[in-house]
Amino acid sequence: MAELTATRTRPETPPVMPPRGRRRLSDSDSFLAWIFLLPSVVYIIGLVALPFGLAIAFALSDVSAGDPSYDWAGLDAFRRAFDDPVFWQSLGNTFIFTLVSMVLIVVLGKVLANILVADFRGKWVVRFLVLLPWTTPVALSSVSWLWLLDSIFSPIDWALRNLGLIEANMYWLGKPDLAMASVIAVHVWRLTPLAAVIMMAGLVSIPKDVDEAARVDGAGFWRRMFEITVPLTLPVMAVAALFGAVLTFTDMAVVYVLTRGGPTNSTQVLASWAYIRGIEGGDVAQGAAIALFLFPLLLAAAVLILRAVRRMEVR
Amino acid sequence: MVPEVLQMTDAEAAKLRRHHERRHRAGRVFVYAAAATAALLAAGPFVWSGLTAFKLNADLYNPAHNPFAFNRPPTLDHVLFLFGDTQFGVFVWNTLWVGLLVVAITLALGLPAAYSIARLDRPWSGWMGVAIFFVYLVPPTLLFLSLSRLVVALGLQDSTWSLVLIYPTITIPVSVWLLIGFLKSIPKDIEEQAMVDGYSRVGAFVRTVLPLVFPGIVAVVVFSFTLTASEFVYALAFISPTGEKPLSTGVPTELIRGDVFFWQSLQAATVLVAVPIALVFNFFLDRFIAGFALGAVKG
Amino acid sequence: MAVVSVRNLRKDFDGGAVHAIDGVDLETEEGEYLVLLGPSGCGKTTLLRTIAGLEEPTEGEVLIGGHVVNGLPPRARQIAMVFQSYALYPHKTVFANIVFPLKAERLDKAERDRKAQWAAELLGIGHLLDRKPRQLSGGERQRVALARALVREPQVFLLDEPLSNLDAKLRASARDELKAFQERVPRTTIYVTHDQVEAMGLGDRIAVMSAGKLRQLGPPVQIYDDPADTFVATFIGSPPMNLVPRDGVLVGFRPEHLLPVEVVPEAGRTTMPFIVDRMEYLSGDRHVYGRVTGIGEETRVIARLPSTVETPISGGETHDFAVAPGRLRFFSAETGVRTDPVRLGD
Repeated sequence: MAELTATRTRPETPPVMPPRGRRRLSDSDSFLAWIFLLPSVVYIIGLVALPFGLAIAFALSDVSAGDPSYDWAGLDAFRRAFDDPVFWQSLGNTFIFTLVSMVLIVVLGKVLANILVADFRGKWVVRFLVLLPWTTPVALSSVSWLWLLDSIFSPIDWALRNLGLIEANMYWLGKPDLAMASVIAVHVWRLTPLAAVIMMAGLVSIPKDVDEAARVDGAGFWRRMFEITVPLTLPVMAVAALFGAVLTFTDMAVVYVLTRGGPTNSTQVLASWAYIRGIEGGDVAQGAAIALFLFPLLLAAAVLILRAVRRMEVR
Repeated sequence: MVPEVLQMTDAEAAKLRRHHERRHRAGRVFVYAAAATAALLAAGPFVWSGLTAFKLNADLYNPAHNPFAFNRPPTLDHVLFLFGDTQFGVFVWNTLWVGLLVVAITLALGLPAAYSIARLDRPWSGWMGVAIFFVYLVPPTLLFLSLSRLVVALGLQDSTWSLVLIYPTITIPVSVWLLIGFLKSIPKDIEEQAMVDGYSRVGAFVRTVLPLVFPGIVAVVVFSFTLTASEFVYALAFISPTGEKPLSTGVPTELIRGDVFFWQSLQAATVLVAVPIALVFNFFLDRFIAGFALGAVKG
Repeated sequence: MAVVSVRNLRKDFDGGAVHAIDGVDLETEEGEYLVLLGPSGCGKTTLLRTIAGLEEPTEGEVLIGGHVVNGLPPRARQIAMVFQSYALYPHKTVFANIVFPLKAERLDKAERDRKAQWAAELLGIGHLLDRKPRQLSGGERQRVALARALVREPQVFLLDEPLSNLDAKLRASARDELKAFQERVPRTTIYVTHDQVEAMGLGDRIAVMSAGKLRQLGPPVQIYDDPADTFVATFIGSPPMNLVPRDGVLVGFRPEHLLPVEVVPEAGRTTMPFIVDRMEYLSGDRHVYGRVTGIGEETRVIARLPSTVETPISGGETHDFAVAPGRLRFFSAETGVRTDPVRLGD
């Protein structure tokens, strides 16, 4: 009968060695977890949580530039704020600006993202140009817009006049409606590139073969866009919307530089109003009270958006 | 209804081919047109800024003049003014060193924190991550009042160092949130392999995870820097002396006499600041998107 | 009439640096199951994608139904494709996945639903219609992908390595299902794989490819018994064909045809001394590894002895082995191409 090669001799097994040393600190997970987290937690508690508490305390006090000593005042500052019709106008404006901006930012950002993932010559240059609004410090670009929307010198009006589309200048920052539109437009101009970049990340992570399967299955451009691309990038679109909302809702610079909230407070928002009342007006308590309204509203919006994102996860 | 390929005549097939070629060409034209429009809308103001920086007053302050061309010869006066007679250089320097320090602090504090939450599965990891993100939602316009008091108490009033201290409150929360996503997307086996090979957890992290999460770190660095350079409220509230101001408050508040801005110098400043940042951002854009795709999409 | 044909097809990548498809001519027969077989990088997937319209050829023509379809996008070609990963739409239910291709055809809703239901029943997934892809097993996903392909009643099915994502145990039953599917729905199918077992089992004809070129096209038996060159000879068959160099020619014979001389009928056999190195038992066969001399240079070869051959063999011995007449194949040593038989002096 045929034989296999003989059984192999077993090599000498090396003697078992005990594990070296004790577990060092750099191996202990729970210790590491805490030590890694501690600096950030301490920093945030010290510089965010405590000041947040202090802000609440201010809102319940009578602190002002003239009387910097702390005296309890209950809800006086809130009452002062509510009694002022500008507060309510600011509240309404904050919502309107944020909502309208958010919608425009997401839609235009999506279009821009689609353009930037396509293949064409000169893409690098276009990307560079399109990033400029976002990467420029907000105060600087807002100052530029001051001139671009100026009632006398506006180049936009000049172009429109020379194209025969308007007769006289538009007073972009002078008329309440136009001023609101202008503020929204600057927000959108500034934040669309950021939204586009965020959404490019979403587009890039759609598996290539899902897109190809849709092509083979007969879906044309629009069907692919609305039945495949958009549903699969919905979570990312929500993240972009969240960033857009946060950055618009809490913005003070654009409004402050462009209009100082005018004309007649028609573009006033909570953030700028809080600054104007609190620092320029010297009523620290009222400034704090007004600003406090920003947080819970933003929190609610963020919770809603993040919950929606979780429900949309399809992977 | 698209005719069955097999049942078509040759003529119909040729027509179908031509139809699709036309559509393909139209699509290409559309992409170029859309890209050009986007570029124009986004960068138009900067083109105008670039021209304006070199305009004579007589050219600029005339509503009849074409704002997109030189109606009088261009001049270097305003640009020279910017560099010679204002503190522009100081502002740039302030923004730069504050930005770099803040980014360093953000990474030093944020990266370990993100690692702790993403990897070292503690029972509190989940809601700690959420809590850190929600800190991002506390707006500067709320905190600046109390933070001014703190800054004064620490003796940092009117010093640029106050910004180095405070800016990470803006950058850390969002950076940690992003970094958690990036870290979670890297499989655990890689670290575990390194630990089996003899490295401690920290060593494994530094040697294996750090190189892999590099695109994410780049994304965080670039994003944090742009947030820092752009910040306005704190800088406005904490710092009054001109020499201590960063760009974002220095330029709008110093390049002004009474009510009238030094427009040309302002536009020169804007372009000089915007272009380098956009170039750097563009250079790292692919990595930024890759990092975001890793983290925000799957995280 | 050929359903699919490619003429003189060339596809380059990286600006001409990579010749993924390097001059391929191919014609399918109606209703046949054509397998594109080759190692990774040989161009088979690129060829499939070019037929589908996901890649445009650098040169040459793709014809479907006798019409040149170059320049037509995939959806105008009346084809259906099953991807390696199945590419199911993760956010849609199984039913929505199957219905999706029908939406482009402008049928009314009732008609669409009826067709989708029919396709689902045919593949036995009628009970899964409300699930999402992530809730399905690999085999179930394959069936959904097939249903989605079937529902358009295309003229050609294109399948890109659909079994490679399944674990080994599932692969065999999934292969049977594909065979059953083919019998129920006999449409021209082009199937890409790197697995020769799959190819030999499924294909009516096999197109063996390597480095962008078509090496041989023929039924499995022909590919196995009559390889056109050394690549085909060594790629097909496990263990591969033995090749012994002799004066500028390679003498080839398959391991199962290299048997102890006693069991090979004397007439016309070619004898060669076999120096045995070692043996392995594999599923009842004995694989004998060693070297042969006498018919050419000394070469390492493998012999596969079925369990019915009980001749005692052990390592270190030299035993006379032989190959029956008509089992030798000859190839040019320089080009690898099949040549005429050479007389081996006995």
